Amino acid sequence: MNNYLISGSPHVHGGESTKKIMYSVIIALMPAFLFSIYYFGFNAVRVTLIAVAACVLTEWLIQKFLIKGECTIGDGSAIITGMLLAFNLPSNIPAWMIIVGSIVAIGIGKMSFGGLGNNPFNPALVGRVFMLISFPVAMTTWPAPQPLFGSQIDGFSGATLLGYVKEGLSKGVSASELTIYENIEPMIYSGSLGEIGSIAIIIGGLFLIFRKVIDWQTPVIIIATAGIIATVCWLIDPTQFVNPMIHIFGGGMMLGAFFMATDMATSPMTMKGKVVFAIGIGALTIIIRLWGAYPEGMSFAILIMNAFVPLINKVCKPTRFGNNPVKQ
Amino acid sequence: MAAKKDTLLNMFVALFVICVVSGGVLGLVYNATKDPIAAAEKAKKTEAIKNVLPEFKELKDINVKSAMEDVELPFHLAYDANGNFIGAAVETFTNKGFSGNISLMVGILADGTVNNISVLQHAETPGLGSKMSEPSFKDQFNNKHADSFNFNVKKDGGDVDAITAATISSRAFCDAVNRAISTFENNKGGF
Amino acid sequence: MANWNNLTKGFFRENPILVLLLGCCPTLATTTSAINGLSMGLATTFVLILSNMSISLLKNFIPNKVHIPCYIVVIASFVTVLQLLMQAYVPSIYETLGLFIPLIVVNCIVLGRAEAYASKNNVFDSAVDGISMGLGFAMALTILGSIREILGSGSIFGWKFIEGDAILVFVLAPGAFIAMGYLIAIMNRLLKKTK
Repeated sequence: MNNYLISGSPHVHGGESTKKIMYSVIIALMPAFLFSIYYFGFNAVRVTLIAVAACVLTEWLIQKFLIKGECTIGDGSAIITGMLLAFNLPSNIPAWMIIVGSIVAIGIGKMSFGGLGNNPFNPALVGRVFMLISFPVAMTTWPAPQPLFGSQIDGFSGATLLGYVKEGLSKGVSASELTIYENIEPMIYSGSLGEIGSIAIIIGGLFLIFRKVIDWQTPVIIIATAGIIATVCWLIDPTQFVNPMIHIFGGGMMLGAFFMATDMATSPMTMKGKVVFAIGIGALTIIIRLWGAYPEGMSFAILIMNAFVPLINKVCKPTRFGNNPVKQ
Repeated sequence: MAAKKDTLLNMFVALFVICVVSGGVLGLVYNATKDPIAAAEKAKKTEAIKNVLPEFKELKDINVKSAMEDVELPFHLAYDANGNFIGAAVETFTNKGFSGNISLMVGILADGTVNNISVLQHAETPGLGSKMSEPSFKDQFNNKHADSFNFNVKKDGGDVDAITAATISSRAFCDAVNRAISTFENNKGGF
Repeated sequence: MANWNNLTKGFFRENPILVLLLGCCPTLATTTSAINGLSMGLATTFVLILSNMSISLLKNFIPNKVHIPCYIVVIASFVTVLQLLMQAYVPSIYETLGLFIPLIVVNCIVLGRAEAYASKNNVFDSAVDGISMGLGFAMALTILGSIREILGSGSIFGWKFIEGDAILVFVLAPGAFIAMGYLIAIMNRLLKKTK
């Protein structure tokens, strides 16, 4: 008799699930992971494994003993948090610091707010910023790369590209002199796991865009905003501001734009909101980099804009169907 | 008994009496503590001077114009029992710190050698710049003379090992020390 | 029994920091170490007891419309007395707490207890209330200070048990917020259980 099931919208399931999305992200992170192993050798594997294991274990323990709810470990979100956290770390950081960072990322950044989907801030970045403030020496001492194959790249230990630029500018060296290719070449290979392989990150990001896990607008607008401000400054005074390409491809710009700013739980819901969010991240990043105390501002920028997401959602609410405002 | 009525007179009297009594009490306490406070402050300063100079008998406080800009630096000149000049404790400062001013007490011996340094006040980041008050950093200046030692961090071509990941604070520290040394050298004959 | 309840309420049921959330500014700012937290707590207790007693004595003398200015003058006088005494006799503690001693004047607990309790009760009860609230405040500050000192600098009451640096963020402002948040969460859980 009852052949038709009547229900409200939505009527068609997209075939996506949290699990599917999360594992797409993990696949997308693989090129960057392989690239980091190529540059930092076994240490990259060590840092990533410890971070992932600590994140998953923390989430499991909290769910089992504190929340006593449904176990959602299988959805893969803790693995992503662990990987993203690891990508933000130097390859020689001590294990206990990684574990502390992971506990903070999952415990404070995610589970305190009620678990996946309820966290206002990107958990990996909460962990990263916590570690940056807590262990400033370990978090800003970058080792020389130790590649798996071939001879050691003539590495420069102690500075990232952005750190080197900031240091040089503060000493009064002109920006154009700083960025002669011979000077910056060794710095390109120094940094955190996810900082060195912009191309690998972009490949992963394109995969996510192709799979429609993330939209293309957020990363493009972030990079464009940062690029435009950097270019304008550079054109005005090339002795004080470095070539914008350094800002676009240096530091955590790609990792942040493709993998962290696009996190579903912590970014706005509507496209209009996402545009505001992305412009904010791009602008704040470049402002912190050019005029702030830290050489890199990506993670702070994303966290600050994360805090604005509820407000952005409120302002950029889509109009309900049939509720079109009448133009006066 | 309920509170008094809100008449102008009542309000005036209440506030007046309370203010007079409080004022009186404060005056008494101020008078009673004036000397101990002055003594405590003096003891603290003397302690800081003793810390950076070898044993001395007499102190003379003067102000000397800084060699770098138009401000005066307090000098505490130390003399031994025979009235010979031993050295000076210089209250120096820098505004190049990572967060706010840093003030140091630099003890300089009569020949211009740095004897010891103590940090009077700073607001640098804990765990980074704050390490400037630890012996591992500040004691590398001890027994060094400007003729044979460049009081700048190694990154700027000097001989000072900067605090790891706190180059700005280290540089500021050197700036303050250099201010003290150059001012001392400029006025050496006058002590 | 009533006195006993009055005396113990500040530690647990009505702890000024962990339950009433009053006076959070000096709490967050001064608890970088256990000893700082304890000294700040005791300093506030001193002011709290004396101000509670004097306001209870004066409550019938002060007209309603000017009661806030009168309370503030009384509290400010006690704080200044305390400040001068500390400056004279414990200069080292005065130096670390520095700015936050005068700020006791605007500490919500002191004025809050004057408003809520001392202006309605007799001198003895008000003194007990001051002791209870003050020591409860001191307890919360000492606990918070200890946690931050252990995690942030690897020491307790100045005794260092790990070499080198610990988790620095806990001696900085963000760590104060994180530690206090979790402390309040634990307190809520404990209070729920006892109910």
